[in-house]
Amino acid sequence: MSGLKKIMLAGEGGQGVQSVAAILSEAAYAAGKEVMYIPNFGVEQRGGVSIAFMQISDEVIGSPKFDDADIIVALSDRAIERVQMYVNPNTVYVYDANISDAAKAKLPAESDVAKLQEIAAHHIANTELHVRVFNVIIMGAVLGLTNIVSVDDVKKALDHKFQAKFEANPSLRDMNYTALEKGISLVG
Amino acid sequence: MATKPIEKDTHAFVTGNEVVAWAALAADAQIMYGYPITPQNEIMHYWTRLAPKYDRKFLQTEDELSAGFTTCGGVLTGTRSFTATAGPGTILMQEPITMAEMMRIPIVVVVQQRGGPSTATVIYSQQEARMCCYGGNGEGFRVVYSSSSHQDLYDFTIKAFNTAWKYRFPTIVLGDGYQAKMREAVTMYDPASRGISMVETEQFLGAPGLPGTDREPHFHKNTYNTEEELLEVVNKLKEDYDAVRAEIEEHECEYIDDAEIVIVGHGVVSRAVKEAVKLLRKEGYKAGYFRPITLRPFPGTALRKAVEGKKDIVVVESALGQLKQFMTEELYGCTVPITGYFKPGKGVSSAEIVEKVKSMTK
Amino acid sequence: MAIEMNNVAPPMPACWRKETKTHKFCPGCGHGIVLKALGEAVDELGIQEKVIFSVDIGCCLLAIDFFNMDTVQTHHGRTNAVASGVKRATPDKICIAYMGDGGGYAIGSQHLLNAAARNEKITSILVNNTNYGMTGGQMAPTTLPGQKTETSPYGRSVEQQGSPTHGPEMLAAMLPEGAYVARGTVANPKQLKKYLKKALQAQINGTGFSFVEALSTCPTNWSTNAAKTWDFLENQMAVEFPVGEYKVPQEGGNE
Repeated sequence: MSGLKKIMLAGEGGQGVQSVAAILSEAAYAAGKEVMYIPNFGVEQRGGVSIAFMQISDEVIGSPKFDDADIIVALSDRAIERVQMYVNPNTVYVYDANISDAAKAKLPAESDVAKLQEIAAHHIANTELHVRVFNVIIMGAVLGLTNIVSVDDVKKALDHKFQAKFEANPSLRDMNYTALEKGISLVG
Repeated sequence: MATKPIEKDTHAFVTGNEVVAWAALAADAQIMYGYPITPQNEIMHYWTRLAPKYDRKFLQTEDELSAGFTTCGGVLTGTRSFTATAGPGTILMQEPITMAEMMRIPIVVVVQQRGGPSTATVIYSQQEARMCCYGGNGEGFRVVYSSSSHQDLYDFTIKAFNTAWKYRFPTIVLGDGYQAKMREAVTMYDPASRGISMVETEQFLGAPGLPGTDREPHFHKNTYNTEEELLEVVNKLKEDYDAVRAEIEEHECEYIDDAEIVIVGHGVVSRAVKEAVKLLRKEGYKAGYFRPITLRPFPGTALRKAVEGKKDIVVVESALGQLKQFMTEELYGCTVPITGYFKPGKGVSSAEIVEKVKSMTK
Repeated sequence: MAIEMNNVAPPMPACWRKETKTHKFCPGCGHGIVLKALGEAVDELGIQEKVIFSVDIGCCLLAIDFFNMDTVQTHHGRTNAVASGVKRATPDKICIAYMGDGGGYAIGSQHLLNAAARNEKITSILVNNTNYGMTGGQMAPTTLPGQKTETSPYGRSVEQQGSPTHGPEMLAAMLPEGAYVARGTVANPKQLKKYLKKALQAQINGTGFSFVEALSTCPTNWSTNAAKTWDFLENQMAVEFPVGEYKVPQEGGNE
């Protein structure tokens, strides 16, 4: 399938992975791509691991289900366990530095994946920006890794989604844009 | 009050449940009766938000028995009515569906399959296929459209109302938790813009005139006193069903002519099958694709034609051989071996189908 | 005498369907009296053309072609649901759900309670004869303590099977102002007709849900002669199930 990217985002409820997936998939759809996004919908919707499955392609997408992810972003200890079965030699695997040593021990070996990268999104959000843009940094990272859509398209999607908030407080827009750029630079 | 919910073609990136709500609006459904169960809830959520804007109604009932029977009540008055359910709710829905079968009440039921048996998962399966086709204490005088995409959900929901009212058999749109919750692109349209006119409804109860004076009263019953009486009724139902089944049956196939192996799947799994067939073709495998769109009536003649003389049939489903059972019955006497690839309650990817076929042809 | 009797036209309500009389209920059954009271109430209110009659399974199903009114037979217990569906789709119709004690208080209790909880503008009529008649006289929610039935052959034990269900009392407790709830008896058809009329009036006025339980007789399953049938109805049932109005609309609900 031409340009098909299978992306998996996993984190704790509240880390905002579904918002990231929703905004990215809407941006890709608006940019004319074929897009499929399945939110996690196990019984553990509350207090459980939240997983977003996305497929973005130039061609019609087949099965909503996939076995091997091209991109995995894991943001918590439990997320690292949940994504294990989707790892394959072509996977680009990104994880947040803010996980336990025990979880780090469960990461795939660098030689088993195409790329294994730690990012300090949690740390940067908390120290340099704001805890609430943690997921926007993640969005930047996914964007940096895939080029599934242009940065401008994502900015447009953000503007659309947070129109009222941004209009009320333009500095929020700047902070989101900064977080996005920061995310891209982390994986660059 | 807006008149038409959808005037011109609308391209949207939405969930399947939202698609169903819009389709029912576009089909001029006047009332939805429903009871909460995952993963169909958002059909009600969208319907209840949209309905008042278009002068449509909603009733939240106490359970799926009531949702089904109130839907029967609504339909009997000549009102285009529907309900939606899943899993254990589909079990309870069998009772009202049998009443609709027996009394020819054209109800429309949208089923978003979840895992089974029992409460199981709220996620996904194809385990409600058999129940939707043959559930209840009867002979399965229903129509079941198995949807594979958001476009299907939109098209089939509109079509379901027309099939139900034209032929007067309860009609089910069979989706699943994936389709319910996932987002993908869909084009929503005014049915009239596609040359689709909605079949006129009929007042089975409450038609104009004083019963007994201006007209005969309408008595709708489902109880019979003698075996002979019932036999006649059921035979008539069968005759009516058989007379229209060829008109209703639908399927889709590709790469069949020179195929050596035909891979069969319905619903969302057919997407993985189609993709797998394309991948196999690229690698030189002579694979073909067959998808029954109506599971009831089952497109048996078309299936037989597609598989005759082939080497192998593989049937793929997120259930333990429910589709295979339908096929086996239709293909009685056909000597092509059927291999099942079953993942009850779990999604199937194209990659694993490819792998399965390769392992068979080694 | 006999010749003279034949010349007297039977006093049938106008909305009755004469082609289906005499009716199919057992000799001594109370259904005919309830349906006569209902027919007279419909006649007096002039609503025959607007009524959609829904009948439950059980003995009630024998009323499928009883009236010159559009009628639908439902499944056991589901009559309040079907009537609710009809009413929601066509609010200008007068929806009457007709059921027995098993249909209303056991297998369809959720539909009765929830139709009441939603204050559906329908009229629900429940015939209480303390047993499942059509299926052969099994214990019902309304079977009296100590009463023998096919499934309580040594008499209903309150400890084992609980106490009889008191529908009107329960519904009156949960329904808001505007609803109408009463218990009548085939022993007093005039009063029963008055209750049914007030129940229908509540629906016509749109003030709320209306419910009438009718104490009735089942000599076939009770295995009683005329005298004992009447005695059971008047001296035992009416003691357990007091007749009267349990909820009456304060405004707009009266004749």
